[in-house]
Amino acid sequence: MALAKDYQSVMGRSNEIQKEALGLDYADFETSPISFDYDALMKSTGYTLDEIERIQGLHGVGNTPLLELRNITKLARKYAKPGFGARIFAKDESCNASGSFKDRRAACAVAHAKKLGYKGVMAATSGNYGAAVASQAAMQGLNCIIVQECYDSHGVGQPEIVEKARKCEALGAEVVQLTVGPELFYSFLSIMEDTGYFNASLYSPFGIAGVETLGYEIATQCREKLGKDPDVVVCTNAGGGMVTGTARGLLKAGCKAEVVAASIDLTGLSMASDVDFNKKSCTTGHTGFGVPYATDPDHSDVPRSAARPLRYMDKYLTTTQGEVMYMTEMLANLEGIERGPAGNTALAAAFSYAQELPEDAIVVVSETEYTGAGKHIQPQLDFARDNGIDIKFGDPKDDKPGTNLILPANPGLIKHKVADIEHFRKSLIKKAVKKAGVKPTAADLEFLAVETKTDVDFVKKTLEAEGLL
Amino acid sequence: MAKKGDWVRIHSIVLKAEERTAKLPEDTKKCDLQQWTKGFLQNEEAKLGDEVTVKTAVGRLVEGTLIDEAPCYTHSYGKFVPEIIEIDRQLREIMNFGGEA
Repeated sequence: MALAKDYQSVMGRSNEIQKEALGLDYADFETSPISFDYDALMKSTGYTLDEIERIQGLHGVGNTPLLELRNITKLARKYAKPGFGARIFAKDESCNASGSFKDRRAACAVAHAKKLGYKGVMAATSGNYGAAVASQAAMQGLNCIIVQECYDSHGVGQPEIVEKARKCEALGAEVVQLTVGPELFYSFLSIMEDTGYFNASLYSPFGIAGVETLGYEIATQCREKLGKDPDVVVCTNAGGGMVTGTARGLLKAGCKAEVVAASIDLTGLSMASDVDFNKKSCTTGHTGFGVPYATDPDHSDVPRSAARPLRYMDKYLTTTQGEVMYMTEMLANLEGIERGPAGNTALAAAFSYAQELPEDAIVVVSETEYTGAGKHIQPQLDFARDNGIDIKFGDPKDDKPGTNLILPANPGLIKHKVADIEHFRKSLIKKAVKKAGVKPTAADLEFLAVETKTDVDFVKKTLEAEGLL
Repeated sequence: MAKKGDWVRIHSIVLKAEERTAKLPEDTKKCDLQQWTKGFLQNEEAKLGDEVTVKTAVGRLVEGTLIDEAPCYTHSYGKFVPEIIEIDRQLREIMNFGGEA
């Protein structure tokens, strides 16, 4: 008998569908209603860092250049106190097969799907990850379906996402496009159930393990080129995979660099709003994803996300859309490399943060991404202007997402803001306990301390203040 | 008129507005959840607006309303945005590229 395919029925089968589609039973890692064994989940991939490097090497992924941004460093020093202005480097991740660091996540997941005998792979993504999965599926001989949130209710699409759909199709994938809303997950599950394809989720342990090579390469390339470790690694933060994987790779290399997350501040715009959808002038690397995924990692397309950025981040900086657009133009004009804007979120934060660090310090921006029609500051600014966004030069501190887009009147006005990471940590602790609806055990308190890079005392105080302990 | 085997784009309503039960902002609640995909037309022939079946790039059979024959990409580098040229000019001036004029 054919299975019922209505919303309630498919969502009701979510756990079984996901189990089938990942070849992994997350129940094996649950230790209490609050805690699970994250290390065991990550080890469940069964791949060592060396094996992942080998898989990536076979598929056009990894070993990307570490570029010193000399002119950008020189410019940053003009706005720093004497003796300040760290050297800024960028990992040119656009050199990966499909043009972004997401290839690292996809290579491993697709290789694993192939090993397990799946005929195809699927991913729910409006970002570069779609092209990455499509590219790896093409290389490794599997079918691929990408499900995108792409349009508002009038069928108007973000130019950046429309371009990503084109790229996926160019690489042979089927692209299913939807209007705004979390029920995308229903379509995704339903197609996965029909096809029996592998869920190449962004948040699977295979995906995150694939990013570890990025952190590892940053540490080893700095040692080879500069004879020392980087002091700071700045990662653009959306779903948390870049921060998590890079930080884990740095740790595997024995590197103790400060891990800084950076997102574009889109406070005030609702991510599930049909109207707000096209008032954004960037579609990723912003707080609309960054904050909810950091404080509640387990609301993605897998039962437990392997991306858990608060375990690893030391600071969380925010920038504005206008600052990131300006930096993208700066990268092209002062360094001669034209790259997509989304990857430059971390670069904008790094430009300003480096000014607070001594000249001999090393700051590495963990990625660049490809650029092209739609995925470029001109179509994105033009689209914003068409949507009534007031674009002008001024002071980015007057930025109001969805209303205006302030391009810094001069580079000295690019100033990161320090987000309240302690607030995010408390938020994660409270959400985890409330969601479980049970009183935490001593083991749960330990788990939450690790989850938030704090200690048991901090966790206890947070819960006591809320009457949750 | 599209013929069997032509590459076309179809549209469908996944959930009508009143069927949407997820936690949504008020504006989104009023909208249907819509879906688009592309594939080879399976019907002998069809015109825009007809209900059709397509075979997608991975071989799935999907039903929907025919909305486009020979679909193409129309995204671009956008219209001229003068601010971009101003950023370029400013940066090159600050860095004194090319030396003194």
